[in-house]
Amino acid sequence: MTWLDIVILIVKCIVLTLAATTMFAYFTLFERRLLARLQNRVGPNRAGAIPLPGGQRILGGWLQPAADAVKLFFKEDVVPVMADKWVYIMAPGFAVIPALIIWVAIPLGYWPDGAGGNLLQLAEIDVAILYLLAVTSVGVYGIAIAGWASNNKYSMLGGIRATAQVISYELALGLAVLGVVMQAQSFRTDTIVDAQTTLWYIVPQFLGFVIFLVASTAEVVRAPFDLVEAEQELVGGYNTEYGSMKFALFFMSEYIKLIAMNAIAVTLFLGGWKVPGLQTLADAVTASFGANIGNAVFGLTSLGAFLLKVTVLSFVSVWVRATLPRVRYDQLMDLGWKVLLPLALINVALTAIVNVILPDNIWISGIVLFVLGLATLIGATILSRPKYTSSQVTMVKNNARS
Amino acid sequence: MELIVFAVTAVIAIIGAVAMVASKNAVHSALFLLLNFGAIAVLYLLLRAPFLFATQLIIYAGAIIVLFLFVVMLLGAERHEDNRDRLAWQRPVALVMAGLLLAEVAYVVVALPAQAPVTTDEGFGAPEVIAEQLFTTFLLPFQVTAFIILAAIVGVVVLHMQEKRQV
Repeated sequence: MTWLDIVILIVKCIVLTLAATTMFAYFTLFERRLLARLQNRVGPNRAGAIPLPGGQRILGGWLQPAADAVKLFFKEDVVPVMADKWVYIMAPGFAVIPALIIWVAIPLGYWPDGAGGNLLQLAEIDVAILYLLAVTSVGVYGIAIAGWASNNKYSMLGGIRATAQVISYELALGLAVLGVVMQAQSFRTDTIVDAQTTLWYIVPQFLGFVIFLVASTAEVVRAPFDLVEAEQELVGGYNTEYGSMKFALFFMSEYIKLIAMNAIAVTLFLGGWKVPGLQTLADAVTASFGANIGNAVFGLTSLGAFLLKVTVLSFVSVWVRATLPRVRYDQLMDLGWKVLLPLALINVALTAIVNVILPDNIWISGIVLFVLGLATLIGATILSRPKYTSSQVTMVKNNARS
Repeated sequence: MELIVFAVTAVIAIIGAVAMVASKNAVHSALFLLLNFGAIAVLYLLLRAPFLFATQLIIYAGAIIVLFLFVVMLLGAERHEDNRDRLAWQRPVALVMAGLLLAEVAYVVVALPAQAPVTTDEGFGAPEVIAEQLFTTFLLPFQVTAFIILAAIVGVVVLHMQEKRQV
């Protein structure tokens, strides 16, 4: 490895980091506008609007993320007197670094560099899936030590809740991913994407996909599992004592982790950058314009398909946030340990059994697994119904009437 | 190149280990231990063992230290550090044992004849190779470990149930 290679690698890392932060900036705008529509409001629609001759204004709000960033930069940066100073300063870094380095192992598309490599995946490593799980589990430190170092009881409660929640849902998350690994028989993300050419893993691993979606939402402590920063009980949770860019770093890490989780879900279950007709298009372009342009078209189209799928899942995330109320703490723990973990184990067992009995035909085994997974989900739903109907439950005893 | 990375990582690992023992605050100790484990994970990577790198991060950095931090934070143990050490006899014993270990390492490095480095192909640490070894050659130790862990899990559940019955 020469010095030039290292310089190229560093440039690639910087580009990836900037891409991730830009995605974060525009995801906040996407979420604010979408939440506003779902709640029958308008949302930020002023910054950067371009006036048209007829009095119309278009593209309102597209500069809102920049305006927010400038506002946060100009706020005063305070360190509380009683805080543990060094840990307090380190905590935002602990939060944001895992959120950024998780992106290196995700194939964002396929742009052949002519030497058998892929320009849109920074690290093609043997243990990519394990790497993703490792970085996800390290991500909790930022929240935990921020809560402790602030020397504030609300922050502390937020940190403790975060630790317990992330440990509980990590197991279900890992086991849901294990189903995909068994199906593809590899830990490599590029092999997993290649294996989904004929059939996306959402069909054979439907149960795993559902578990992954729920567990990843809990893992990035997002609504309806956002007990960590429950505003009504904990002021702001672990980031109560943080202001200015330090708060912005926490905010950023949370959103980048969410987008990264959606990107992982796309890679594992929705075929990654694969889209029907991609190869045909690239072949046609290569035939008429040469290999370089063909590769570029292939790369950009696959990147576009990947981002489109991530956007669909991001829409689901915002939709869920707008729809579901926050769960209670005991419900959170029950869901993680008594529902998701057994379901994930059942999924692993089903995947193993079906793939050993019906190893040859990908369609038959896929559909059998889909039906079994759906049946398990329906069974679990029936089993975990509330024991009483709403007419049998007395919420508050009314003493005044009797 | 590799030598520079190794030297930097080794120094970080040693600093983490020493600072972990030396620091008064339990949370700081846990964080220095995390630094040490992270450095050791990078050393595994330098030894071409990516699987060990990932498991080191998942199990030690991602689960065990998180649990340490959780318990310390939940009990507020870092504030009630007892100055009168009730296990005072442990400190000299630990020093003596650490000295013995260091002497052993020094003996191995200095006195034994230098061996040629073990050469294997690049893929010897790949997950497939490890899995094959684990499920064929080392199947019995693997199963025994699994049973020991299962027994520990059952033990935790049983202890918890007894506590509940007394209440």
